[in-house]
Order: sequence, then structure tokens, then C-alpha cells
Amino acid sequence: MSGSAERAVMPPPTDPAIDTDLLLELRFFAKADRLKLIRPAILAAARMSGFDEQLGHDIVLAVDEACQNIIIHGYQGRSDQRIALAAFRLSDGMELQLRDTAPTIDPATIRPRDLDHIRPGGLGTHFIQEVMDDIAFQPAPDGVGNLLSLTKRLPRPT
Amino acid sequence: MSAAQKHVIALSGDVDLEHAAKTRQMLLDAIDGTTDLLVDLSAVTYIDSSGIASLVEALQAAKNIGTTLGLVALSTQALRVFELARLDKVFSIFPDMPTAMSD
Repeated sequence: MSGSAERAVMPPPTDPAIDTDLLLELRFFAKADRLKLIRPAILAAARMSGFDEQLGHDIVLAVDEACQNIIIHGYQGRSDQRIALAAFRLSDGMELQLRDTAPTIDPATIRPRDLDHIRPGGLGTHFIQEVMDDIAFQPAPDGVGNLLSLTKRLPRPT
Repeated sequence: MSAAQKHVIALSGDVDLEHAAKTRQMLLDAIDGTTDLLVDLSAVTYIDSSGIASLVEALQAAKNIGTTLGLVALSTQALRVFELARLDKVFSIFPDMPTAMSD
């Protein structure tokens, strides 16, 4: 990995207010067996952000599926490439950022599967959209790769 | 269908992308065309879209040859994933093995 690509894996957060609530940063190779390492950390970060167990597990699933999309579609199985995960606690929830150095994707091409047709596969994007409140592909700061932001808001008190 | 004609296999641990190929093959191998299949999920600690996909494929394979596939003893988390996938009404889901066997 070149120096520029190395830096690109985790850009500095652009919002100083969010930066103060950085809970964790992790970098890992784009391999299926690495996802079990990040799931407990995401769950702990969700709890620390105020989410209950069920919503915490929902968030873990959404982030795991987003990582799978990067592994399968972004890097297309090239397991020597890296994914960077950052979790931020927000005043009303949490934001998770996933950064890769895969070819830039067009968000307009990403569609969940049609749930009316039962068939294997294609569920991951549906899970992400079902669980998260805001999903944004942000411009990569240096034009390398993709930066996906997933935000989940805390339920309003009843 | 009597209890004697039901075959049970158990999945355990993380039924995820890492184990997707093995899970899929194990399920498809268990569908033999003569017995209904019950999949015990009581020891599953995590399931993702790839695990769900393997079960959907197995369900379709079972249906195609005239047998059934039921899911048994899902954890709250696993059931939640099926609900998110809107597949909780597509599969026959049983709370425990005695209930599944007597169905």
C-alpha cells in the first residue's frame, strides 16, 4: 500500500464537534473472518451511545453487512485491501463511518433487493436501509475510495 | 407427517459470511427428498444475510422436491434478523424441538 493510500484509509473527521465524541477507530483487512472481531466493538459502542440491546444488535448487523458489501463488491474479494471503521457518539445517536480504497461507486446504482421475490442473496443492503436512519456516501477527501456514513438516532422517549 | 420422518440438523456459532459456503452445502446435503428437515438454531450466536440466504436456498430446494424445512429455537436476535428480512412468515418457525416434532 502506498503512502497516499495508507493515509486515505482513515481521513481526519471533518466536523470537530463530532471528532470529540470519537469512540473507536479500527482498521482491518477485507476478509470475512475479520468481521467477528469488529462486531463486539460496534455493539459496545452502540451501548455507550445509549442504544438498547436490540437496537445495538441491529446496528451491528447493518455495519457488518456494509463491510460485506465492501469485501464482495468493492474489493471483489481482494483480501489484502483494508477497511477502516470509525464510530462516533452523537448527542442523539451514533454515526459509523466506513472507508475503503476500492473503486469509487455510484450510490445511485445501489438498490436493495425486491422483498416480494424470495430468493437467496441481496439482503444486505435491505438490512442497512431498514436499520439505519441516514445513509450517505460522502466524497472521499482525497478522491481515493469511498466513505460511507451510517447514522442511527436514539428512539424518542415515550 | 410423523416425527420419525423428520430429520434434524443443528447450526451453531456464527452463521455468517465466513461460514456461508459450508452452511449452504450442509443444508443442501441434508435435503434428501424423503424426509422433512428441521434446522435447530438454538446454538446460533449470530446470523447475517449470507446465513439467511443459505436457509432460503435450502427452503426452496426442499419445496422443489416436495418436502418441508422448518426452523427451530431461534434466539431473539436471530428471529429479529428474519423479521428484518420479512421472512418470518415465509419459514415455519417453531419455539422448540418438541413443538416442531409434533407439528
